[in-house]
Amino acid sequence: MQVQTHVDINSEWGIVAARQAGRKLAREIGFGSVDQARITTAISELARNIYLYANQGQIKIEEVADSNKRGMKIIASDEGPGIRDVRRVMEDGFTTSGGLGAGLPGVKRLMDEFDIDSELDSGTVITAVKWLR
Amino acid sequence: MKVTIREEVLQYQDQIIEAWLEQVQTFRQDESLKNISASVYESTSREFIDKLLITLQQDVVADTELNQFVEKLIQMGWPLNFITRGLQEFRKASVKIVAENSDEFSSKIEFFQDIENWVDEVVNLLVDQYSGSWENTVFLQKMALKELSAPLIPVFDKISVMPLVGTIDTERAKLIMENLLEGVIEHRSQVVLIDITGVPVVDTMVAHHIIQASEAVRLVGATCILVGIRPEIAQTIVNLGIDLGKFPTKSTLKKGVETALAMTKREIIETEA
Repeated sequence: MQVQTHVDINSEWGIVAARQAGRKLAREIGFGSVDQARITTAISELARNIYLYANQGQIKIEEVADSNKRGMKIIASDEGPGIRDVRRVMEDGFTTSGGLGAGLPGVKRLMDEFDIDSELDSGTVITAVKWLR
Repeated sequence: MKVTIREEVLQYQDQIIEAWLEQVQTFRQDESLKNISASVYESTSREFIDKLLITLQQDVVADTELNQFVEKLIQMGWPLNFITRGLQEFRKASVKIVAENSDEFSSKIEFFQDIENWVDEVVNLLVDQYSGSWENTVFLQKMALKELSAPLIPVFDKISVMPLVGTIDTERAKLIMENLLEGVIEHRSQVVLIDITGVPVVDTMVAHHIIQASEAVRLVGATCILVGIRPEIAQTIVNLGIDLGKFPTKSTLKKGVETALAMTKREIIETEA
């Protein structure tokens, strides 16, 4: 049975709740402290993007298993405005909110697998996986 | 409640109390009520029904002994569902027993409505009292949190430390910036050490706020040193691709203080005995 947790993001406290849930699951799966920090930071970035750009959405975290490895999957979904140019948001330093523009490319580097599915005016789903080494 | 119905309920109060106490015992096994000892539970239940009947006798709901009793429950940390379920049981018991004993009322819909209205009124009032007390607690905790949010502590002449502990949200980030700038001017600091040992997650937003704060500190003529960067935080900062090259960083507060002293042309020496 896979472990699943849903956290609704509709305020800044949701970000805190999501990453606490993430840290807990990461620890249970057996990730080391550095990977726990990576996963928590990635969740924090994704949750903050939801709060910042879409106002509300959902973070789902679950344990995943492949043939010979275990890991943790983060699914961040919202029904916000969508991303106009996915290639540009993956460039370092690109931002529309005056931030550092390191969030999404940073999450890609923090995690092992990364996938964006976004449609203008209907929402964004970002999936990221970290494998246990 | 109409006088006649009230009298009717009070007339059969012994039976109602008995039935009620029996029912109240059944939800004693609830998760939130399990830890309360049997004798306390018994006496509190008795007190509750007594106060309820006194309120019924006086026919005023607000500002009564019942309110004081509930205030006491709130302070002792009793769960709200003890009150709401207790009142539901009271309604059931009184309707049932009055209906069984009195032919005159049992057939009238007004009788049921009257009891329901009265109980609803009491429930509303007590729930308000509970939630008011929670809101107050949340407010006070928020204030307490704000007070320990971001103190700037002068440690040496010209050197101050700002230890950050816990999650940094937008509101706190604003406070950090304000306290930092005000403190730098007030204490005439030349070097400010920002200690992030207690910050659990440094994501791009937190980094951005720290960068902005240190830039602002630079504008008023002082220097920021970021200290307390744990190894796992260092790695995530590198992974995120955040450029902290512009301002000095040190692993521990101790090293930061040494650097700050060196920057203000001082050092700590051991005295000869």
